[in-house]
Amino acid sequence: MPEYETHEYDVLVIGAGGAGLRAAVEASSMGARTAVITKSLLGKAHTVMAEGGMAAAMGNVWPQDNWQVHFRDTMRGGKMLNNWRMAQIHAQEAPDRVYELEEWGALFDRTPDGRILQRDFGGHRYARLAHVGDRTGLEMIRILQQRGVHQGLDVFAECTINRLFKDSQGRIAGAIGYRRETGELLLFKAKAVVLATGGAGRIWEITSNSWEGTADGHALALYAGADMIDMECIQFHPTGMVWPLSVKGLLVTEGVRGDGGTLKNIDGKRFMFDYIPAMFAAETADNEPEADRWYNDKTVRRTPDLLPRDEVARAINSEVKAGRGTEHGGVFLDIASRRSPEYIRSRLPSMYHQFMQLAGVDITKEAFEVGPTMHYIMGGVRVEAEKQGTAVPGLYAAGEVSGGMHGGNRLGGNSLSDLVVFGRRAGMGAAEYALGLTSAPALDQADVDERAALMMKPLEGDGRENPYAIHTALRTLMQNKVGIIRTESELQEALVEIASLKERLTRVKAGGDTKYNPGWHLALDLEHMITVAEVVTRAAIERKESRGGHTRDDYPNPSPEFGKVNIVDRLGPNGVEVRQEPLPQMPPELAELFADGGDDAHG
Amino acid sequence: MPTANLKVWRGDDSGDYQNYQVEYGHGEVVLDVIHKLQATQAGDLAVRWNCKAGKCGSCSAEINGHPRLQCMTRMEIFEEGEEIVIAPLKTYKLIRDLVTDVSVNFEKAKTIPFVDLEKPAPGDVRRMAQMDIDRVQEFHKCIECFICMDVCHVIRDHPDNMDKFVGPRYFVQLAMVAMHPLDQHPKREMVAYGFGLEYCNITKCCTEVCPEGIHITDNAIIPLKERRVDELYDPLRMIGRALFGKK
Amino acid sequence: MVADAMSALQRRYGKTHRKDRWWVEPLLSGGGLAAFLLYSTVAVVVGPNWSYEVGPYLSPMFEPLIRPDWLPRWFSPGFLILWAPAGFRTTCYYYRRTYYRSYFLSPPACAVAEPAATYSGESKFPLILQNVHRYFMYVALVFNVLLWVGAVKSYWMPGEGLGIGVGSIVMTLNAFFLMMYSLGCHSLRHWVAGGLNSFSRTPIRRLRRKAWEIFTIANEKHRMWAWTSMIFVGLTDLYIRLVANGVITDIHTWKSF
Repeated sequence: MPEYETHEYDVLVIGAGGAGLRAAVEASSMGARTAVITKSLLGKAHTVMAEGGMAAAMGNVWPQDNWQVHFRDTMRGGKMLNNWRMAQIHAQEAPDRVYELEEWGALFDRTPDGRILQRDFGGHRYARLAHVGDRTGLEMIRILQQRGVHQGLDVFAECTINRLFKDSQGRIAGAIGYRRETGELLLFKAKAVVLATGGAGRIWEITSNSWEGTADGHALALYAGADMIDMECIQFHPTGMVWPLSVKGLLVTEGVRGDGGTLKNIDGKRFMFDYIPAMFAAETADNEPEADRWYNDKTVRRTPDLLPRDEVARAINSEVKAGRGTEHGGVFLDIASRRSPEYIRSRLPSMYHQFMQLAGVDITKEAFEVGPTMHYIMGGVRVEAEKQGTAVPGLYAAGEVSGGMHGGNRLGGNSLSDLVVFGRRAGMGAAEYALGLTSAPALDQADVDERAALMMKPLEGDGRENPYAIHTALRTLMQNKVGIIRTESELQEALVEIASLKERLTRVKAGGDTKYNPGWHLALDLEHMITVAEVVTRAAIERKESRGGHTRDDYPNPSPEFGKVNIVDRLGPNGVEVRQEPLPQMPPELAELFADGGDDAHG
Repeated sequence: MPTANLKVWRGDDSGDYQNYQVEYGHGEVVLDVIHKLQATQAGDLAVRWNCKAGKCGSCSAEINGHPRLQCMTRMEIFEEGEEIVIAPLKTYKLIRDLVTDVSVNFEKAKTIPFVDLEKPAPGDVRRMAQMDIDRVQEFHKCIECFICMDVCHVIRDHPDNMDKFVGPRYFVQLAMVAMHPLDQHPKREMVAYGFGLEYCNITKCCTEVCPEGIHITDNAIIPLKERRVDELYDPLRMIGRALFGKK
Repeated sequence: MVADAMSALQRRYGKTHRKDRWWVEPLLSGGGLAAFLLYSTVAVVVGPNWSYEVGPYLSPMFEPLIRPDWLPRWFSPGFLILWAPAGFRTTCYYYRRTYYRSYFLSPPACAVAEPAATYSGESKFPLILQNVHRYFMYVALVFNVLLWVGAVKSYWMPGEGLGIGVGSIVMTLNAFFLMMYSLGCHSLRHWVAGGLNSFSRTPIRRLRRKAWEIFTIANEKHRMWAWTSMIFVGLTDLYIRLVANGVITDIHTWKSF
């Protein structure tokens, strides 16, 4: 029988990014015994990569801004698929969360009168993003980390959770995982679990996500019986680096465009003017002088360079396909000819640094190549809006792993605010639930032992499949067949190939032992990735239209019918089950905000 | 494609260096080569990494004796065929291969106080001029790669000082709190206590290796030492305090 | 156990894995410092026997000149004042870095093993005395003023009046370099505004912050000014002595001296 290092908590938070840390801080301040589990060291979560800022309608730069405008921008950016209540809570609470971070020591850039400065970003009507140069995510992580440390959180660094367990009544009872350093098995008895595991980018070849984005939380929730929604909606960020190969996919912040950068094709043409969709035509400039004036004069229409990300990514994709791309398959992003070197260096210090060091390109002197990169998954665990609870009692989800908030497409800057707004609420919900239980749900030891044995399988037996090779095959497959532009036939082929990868995974073999063995870790993560890849593919087949982060070549336009439903998935006894469910309806006073026709989402 | 001639530490304290040949392409960094090695020849090679963009500070190692980030070390800086020695950080206990136990840093983090800000004026938000936060924002750039801690001879060559000396990363953290423009309890006692500031002999290696270019010595450590002199060693201030009470 | 761990460390790192010529910098700095120390000691000791003033010029190693009548002929007046700049530089953060590396080998270079078995930094006597740096800084600022006075006086030949010579230019440059070195002093930068947390609150504080910014510019080049001023003091002394002792002739506008 395997041995376990066993711990007991009220609330177990899985993931130590912005959402996880905020949830843990909240739960622990409510008196719940709380632990945070992170696959990396504390403070390394992918949140550090968030650059541009944190959207909050504080109105410091444009007093006209308020939560209603932010709410409307979020819904329209999400092609109206969003859970309206989440979008509303988010828009209303984001400013409080910004001020809270400031209270805890964050130092946002300032306006001349000493308030928090806000910057322009795609899809936001007013300059709205509180920021710290272009390293806002790092600031958030560091502040939350210090807050957590001083609140006495228990942190399990470099530990991975492999499965959640439920009691006989179907309530969350605990989780099993392992210490990456030693391979020792960890058993947590917990009354409530908050999933805050982030994204799934490592399922695709070109991604801005770090190795941690292996869809763990999505898979854990699926195995536990929770629902997923909108899993077909994947955000390909329009501007990732494309050269050199070693950094392909690495993010170039939207702040470059927010601060005046513009996209050009190989002929030097600002092509975004050719891709203004009907939905945004009324508020988007169709000529260069007006677009350029907009940065300082919000009475004119905004530049098309700052259309929502899905629009820009598709436009770049079309330019490259039409042969107007660069030799490395991207387009040019030019800020050098538009802003002074001092301005660029002060506003975008880490971009300057990143291009200088990794590509040998001086962005203050020349335009640089960019192209789409898998950046964010809008879909995720289906949660209720108030406290982020799932279909499984005791299971909560916040941040990228949860779904609904961003609908079909996420606006830049809405993610950092999402993390803390809903991280806090999930922590609160989990703590209330856990503290309200009279007795701890009981684990079934047989489940635990069975799972423990399965986890050791990749180290035993005589399989010959290399986990790295399976991973590469999966990423290539998803990039080519479940990428930016999709068709029925390719999606069906993808399903077949996913099934064969699943089969190969049964024969996976990782060399070495359990001590800090990345081959073994990857073999275990692969199960999660393949499961989620299948869910994404099936959801993509189900939504027969183009909307937000889901573009079908065979259904190039949005369809009014599909605009009224979420695609919901779950793991049933016979595998993935997919169904359509009507969107929650917003009350009339909010619906009025879209009276000028917000919901005729274009494709 | 050129071939890299690597000499990588394998195993724990009883391990040894192993030689590997790995091909690499244009623009690749040391971490790419390590990943290739992992995927093809050494599946269980332990290495920490996350963002591969110099933002998370996970992949610190000693490359040809220089503590630095593997993801920010381009292969082009080496001569073709040159032997490249890749070793784990020396200051920390080795776990395996390139991974060390840096948990002592998280213990140190607990000892540095948290900010305690003045409340904003009623009906207003907190006001801080950009001029006031410029200096402190530099300290917020730290990515916690712990390379400064690794290179610092106070603990690198004298592990017995580990308990008495929080080290450069945490002096930066202390400076960040002590110099916050709105902190209402200026951390004078903390600064006077110093967390081992007196062990630093300002030889500036931390500043030399910082991948974020933070002027650790000139902007954090020396200003803290000077504040400490204010509290402990300045006779004029002592007389002032004796005559006019605590300032 | 401990021995095992040490040998594993030795095996893993040796003294260093650095392949660059890490020893060049400490060797050059250490050598340069030693050369200056040697020159200045000799210059001061032989002071009275090898003239250090001529016409309107006075060697900076004797500025300000304190030569009371009771002073024995063999005692160099340089000793009466030299403690000040010597103390200022010895306790200077930049020089500390340099001699700790070059002479104490603590450490000889970054990521190169330090030979000493124990280390207590500046926590104990005598190195704890480094904390007096700011007092030497106050004195050094007075010296900077005196050196400027000396430089200005070098344009005025007693009995003859205003003029200019190569020596006056050399003395002016010398005063300038020494001033730049002092302005970059970490203690000065701290004294002017480094101790403040909020700069914007009052006009006085904003003014102090402006000064802090200016001192910061000098501070970032402290190393350069340290070497420039040190070498130039030596050269100025040498030049004036060579002129005073008739080895070379100063070009100037005056008729006598």
